[in-house]
Amino acid sequence: MITGRFFAAGADRRIAITILILLAVAVIVPLLNLAVSPTSGFYVPSYIVALTGKYLCYALLALALDLVWGYCGILSLGHGAFFALGGYAMGMYLMRQIGARGVYGNPILPDFMVFLNYKELPWFWTGFDHFWFAGLMVLAIPGLLAFVFGWFAFRSRVTGVYLSIITQAMTYALLLAFFRNDMGFGGNNGLTDFKDILGFNVQADATRSALFAASAVTLALAVFVTWAIVGSKYGKLLMAVRDAESRTRFLGWRAENVKLFAFTVSAVMAGIAGALYVPQVGIINPGEFEPSNSIEVVIWAAVGGRGTIVGPIIGALLVNAGKSWFTGVLPEFWLFALGGLFVAVTLLLPKGIVGMWDSWRGNAKALRAASLAEEAGIDPVVPPPPQIVRSAATRPGDWSSSSPEPQPAA
Amino acid sequence: MSKSHTILYLDGVSVSFDGFRAINNLSLVLDKGEMRAIIGPNGAGKTTMMDIVTGKTRPDEGEVFFDGQIDLTRHDEAEIAMMGIGRKFQKPTVFENHTIEENLMLALKGPRSIFPALFHRRSAAEARQIDDILGIIRLGDKRDQLAANLSHGQKQWLEIGMLLAQDPKLLLVDEPVAGMTDAETEETARLLKEIARDHSVIVVEHDMHFVRELGVKVTCLHEGSVLSEGTLDFVSADERVVEVYLGR
Repeated sequence: MITGRFFAAGADRRIAITILILLAVAVIVPLLNLAVSPTSGFYVPSYIVALTGKYLCYALLALALDLVWGYCGILSLGHGAFFALGGYAMGMYLMRQIGARGVYGNPILPDFMVFLNYKELPWFWTGFDHFWFAGLMVLAIPGLLAFVFGWFAFRSRVTGVYLSIITQAMTYALLLAFFRNDMGFGGNNGLTDFKDILGFNVQADATRSALFAASAVTLALAVFVTWAIVGSKYGKLLMAVRDAESRTRFLGWRAENVKLFAFTVSAVMAGIAGALYVPQVGIINPGEFEPSNSIEVVIWAAVGGRGTIVGPIIGALLVNAGKSWFTGVLPEFWLFALGGLFVAVTLLLPKGIVGMWDSWRGNAKALRAASLAEEAGIDPVVPPPPQIVRSAATRPGDWSSSSPEPQPAA
Repeated sequence: MSKSHTILYLDGVSVSFDGFRAINNLSLVLDKGEMRAIIGPNGAGKTTMMDIVTGKTRPDEGEVFFDGQIDLTRHDEAEIAMMGIGRKFQKPTVFENHTIEENLMLALKGPRSIFPALFHRRSAAEARQIDDILGIIRLGDKRDQLAANLSHGQKQWLEIGMLLAQDPKLLLVDEPVAGMTDAETEETARLLKEIARDHSVIVVEHDMHFVRELGVKVTCLHEGSVLSEGTLDFVSADERVVEVYLGR
């Protein structure tokens, strides 16, 4: 079908445009913050840089969720956990960079450990004074948790709402664990008071701009990777598992492995998002494991349009911009607004903003094609949704005569 | 009894769900290259038998052997599919959000692990195989359409096409002509006979005209075991068969 290919080309173009925009933003915003005088109209204030940098991390988290929810139908209500674990790994590195500059001036132990009477650094903090090690852990910890969790869950064929509930339980269990002081992660205060990242002051405008740029570039990379995965044969298989899991099994595919791979990749992406987030907000505490955080991610993806790559990014940016604005104007009503938004999107825009836009464009295109066909004196046959008319043909091969494509006039 | 020439060998198979015996001491033997039609009233255990053969359901007792020596009760769905048993569901099940061609590509015989799929490039040989199958199932002109847009009968064909792409030794085809027009039914009978030339096939069907069209040995199941077996004329002349179909 020609229109099918055209839409595919359109989708690819959309990915390219998104990546280009993100890369351009990664260059332009830091420039406008650092190189333009604060009195100029083009100046981007530092707080905007920090705020949008944070949003980009959220967008990456929403994209990660979309890979499993939109493309594989796994509604994870615990993706905040992978985000927070990535954040903690980065936070541990940043804690070790404080060195002797803490309140207690202990060169080895972070402040909270001195306060809690730790005698030496717990074994699991070793290595976190190296950035490369922390970076590795940012990928490995969420990835490993997702792998082990998914291995058991998918092998036992836990699906649907039960899977959602156990992902929720997972993040809640981690929330409770990280709240405990003797876990060695700072208890309910979490990790904060960061000074340097890679030797640069985390508070400095230049560092913040660099972190912003890193977030934008990472998001662009994630968009590309997701697009490549989704477009591959594996991506087709992922959607096939979403739509007809038993069919894939009887074709010989191991549906649990298909899901496990996507779940692990998605968790790693969420972990990277958390690691970029922490230096920009300056704190990581167990509140990030809050189940409501994970549910909010689901709302971003739903608002933007699940099963599309650009949708969750748009959703995360819009909802969070709305949140920032709303909590400034009517702080006590934000949760009502968020709940109302979710209900409204579910009822009115089941495919989200991007999905709605696509079907609207599709209809407009079909109508235009129909009116063109009418002008040419042909029956206006509107392609989507194509109705296959059961013809009385004796041979099924002759059914092409009932093709929904407008046929050229003889 | 020797199993060596059989493609499928079931002996004394029983399975019950919550006390209900869906399959009761069922024995059924299919020779290599044979096509068999299985008939029987609703609840006779036809679909449960397919579930057992494809590894979806484990029998409580009895032997299930494939190709003479493979014990199917020790394997799961994916393994059994890879050994060469293809299954078409009662309700046509295709990947609705994919095109016809993509449906066949996912079914095509080949490695079934994640990384080869991730870096898969379609080869000329695969394209040729897909073209061949599209020709057999007569959907060549619809290759780029979404499977969701096919008619019910065309979905049935696509699913049969996906079985062919798997290149199985044994095909289990559950109610292939349910909801088809007479012309489509006729065409499907022709298609299955063509397939049966180099595959072993089990067809479960209610439609007696269709079974007559196939012209093969018929097994009638009732309450989970074999009631009668032979040519269609023999089976339909059997008083017990008439009784279970018309009620007592």
